[in-house]
Amino acid sequence: MSDREKTFVDDIDRELYDFRFDSTDSYRLESGLTEEIVRQLSKEKNDPGWMLELRLKALDIYNKTKMVEWGPDISGLDMDKIDTYVRSNTTMKGKWSEVPEEIKETFERLGIPQAERESLAGVGAQYDSELVYHNIREDVKKLGVVYTDLESAMHGEYEQMIKDHFMKLVPPTDHKFAALHGAVWSGGSFVYVPKGVKVEIPLQSYFRLNAPGAGQFEHTLIILDEGADLHFIEGCSAPKYNVANLHAGCVELFVGKNAKLRYSTIENWSKNMYNLNTKRAICDEGGKIEWVSGSFGSHVSYLYPMSILNGKGSSCEFTGITFAGKGQNLDTGLKVVHNAPETSSVVSTRSISKSGGISTFRSAVTIMPAAKKSRSTVSCQSLMVDDISRSDTIPAMDIRTPDADVGHEATIGRISDDAVFYMMSRGISEEDARAMIVSGFAENVSKELPLEYAVEMNNLIRLEMKGSIG
Amino acid sequence: MSEEILNVSSLKVNASEREILRGVDLKIGKGETHVLMGPNGAGKSTLGYALMGHPSYEVTSGRIGFMGEDLLDMTPDKRAKAGLFLSFQNPVEVPGVSLLDFLRTAYEQKGERISLLKFRKLVKEKMQILNMDESYLERSLNAGFSGGEKKKAEILQLLVLEPRLAILDETDSGLDVDAVKTVSVGVEHFQKETEGSLLIITHSTRILESLKVDKTHVMVAGKIVDNGGPELVEEINASGFEKYLKE
Repeated sequence: MSDREKTFVDDIDRELYDFRFDSTDSYRLESGLTEEIVRQLSKEKNDPGWMLELRLKALDIYNKTKMVEWGPDISGLDMDKIDTYVRSNTTMKGKWSEVPEEIKETFERLGIPQAERESLAGVGAQYDSELVYHNIREDVKKLGVVYTDLESAMHGEYEQMIKDHFMKLVPPTDHKFAALHGAVWSGGSFVYVPKGVKVEIPLQSYFRLNAPGAGQFEHTLIILDEGADLHFIEGCSAPKYNVANLHAGCVELFVGKNAKLRYSTIENWSKNMYNLNTKRAICDEGGKIEWVSGSFGSHVSYLYPMSILNGKGSSCEFTGITFAGKGQNLDTGLKVVHNAPETSSVVSTRSISKSGGISTFRSAVTIMPAAKKSRSTVSCQSLMVDDISRSDTIPAMDIRTPDADVGHEATIGRISDDAVFYMMSRGISEEDARAMIVSGFAENVSKELPLEYAVEMNNLIRLEMKGSIG
Repeated sequence: MSEEILNVSSLKVNASEREILRGVDLKIGKGETHVLMGPNGAGKSTLGYALMGHPSYEVTSGRIGFMGEDLLDMTPDKRAKAGLFLSFQNPVEVPGVSLLDFLRTAYEQKGERISLLKFRKLVKEKMQILNMDESYLERSLNAGFSGGEKKKAEILQLLVLEPRLAILDETDSGLDVDAVKTVSVGVEHFQKETEGSLLIITHSTRILESLKVDKTHVMVAGKIVDNGGPELVEEINASGFEKYLKE
């Protein structure tokens, strides 16, 4: 990208980034999430009428839906004060001095510039990244690709398309936090790739971290037309700090006939975060969805990207890694529904637990009666770095046709003392040896990532492994 | 004797609470090549591990001096940095860590940063000596390597790291004639191009054919029972360890 393209800065629609809810006193009057709050949010966001309706319907479902009663404990989320989460969603203001020390230190170690740190910590605005984002937008625009924020797209020529797809794949009835998302979603990306267009550069939502609500109730909607090809990257390895500690985002991916979408995520939420994110993809005939997923942050995560293989010959590849350190309970995995003949899914995951962290791999593979001649391979490997950590594997399989080939393989292991000794005998310190072994274990993911992300991920593993001895 | 590199005195070592080494004395000078022979279970490999500092081998008494320093106070990585090297009989497989990354990380422990380009060049030169294909560099360390490939990778590390003293533990075992030849070419290169010393633990004499040997030691039941020159290798080659076992 050349420098002169930066003149586009004047064209940015500043309104989108303006914080208008600085005075939050009116919100403090009532606890819990009320219709009034949702209406006001909708008004502030200038929603079309149908969106307000969707929000209210979702709110109703939210109020009627019971709290999640399986998986890791989320009682630390005070749902009576849910309005505070929503409020900070719109302001996202905090003070640099209030950002936890460990996060500041990680920024330091990852070598992130100060301005960017403040932005990532949600306490400052970063105009440079908006600029980069804007430039990428201009680049892909020439191909006919739409890459924009969802809010403004709802008022343009894509309104109908959004209306037809928004929360159709993940309906508010899915679970309580999907309903909450529907009611209060804010920020996020809309991508449309027209028929036959192959986007060479990965689109990166990193550049939008700064938008209000990004990293909290953001919604990502990606639609690939027939034969289109796209790589979308969400997040980055830098720890993302939010004043509020609930993340209930939603990702909906529509992969058209013979289209291919790769969706990569490296997520490192601050360690106070409840990450209750919902991601789902649906593939038409011959379509392919590739998930690359790295989960490092958060206090508690529930994350199971789902692939619905709805067209003949469609396929899914899932490559993931989860790293649960001290105080973390990360429940991650995936779901695949084979709903057409000759579909295939290949899953390879790694999970690492350390310093008392709990890592649970949960998968659900469903082969519907229509999915004749389908294949599914699930492989998960767990590594426990010490004796006080925990790793569980909970695979479920529901196979409704005899004419399918399904395999599952799971291993749980520890870092071998012999491997550590071997590396130490070459002059490498015990800490570095362990970090190298763990990085090597994570290679299934790092080799799928663009180089700079792979390097970041390895740095992150090194950081997480620091002080792991003794 | 030339400048002393290794000085082991009265070394006793336990493994799994059993005494394996029962008082070993061994001195190796700069640039010297020593051969350690002995029947199975004599404690030869234990000596290698104990010198390198494997946590499963407990030194109960004795001393290990290495270039004037006390090795027993050092962790294995410190010993390596001081210039000690152990070629493993069964090198460990480390999936996901490429041979190149591993070699470079190990190399940089000597305190010298090197650009990837320069390092590649250096490694490639050494690989040519060992008749190793460059493609090995991108492969995971020892993962899926054949026995011969693993041993070659060990010798490659020896040539890249240039230690002051290298212990080769049965580097020739389980190799075919050609692989033994390649490995000994590598070891010969180390002898000639560096001033490094060698302690070669072996059952057979094949690897020694083209190497200059200064001293030979025979270990039986955790003790060194005989010392000699290169001619002792020939002797054992002809009549085995029988005479030591009878004693």
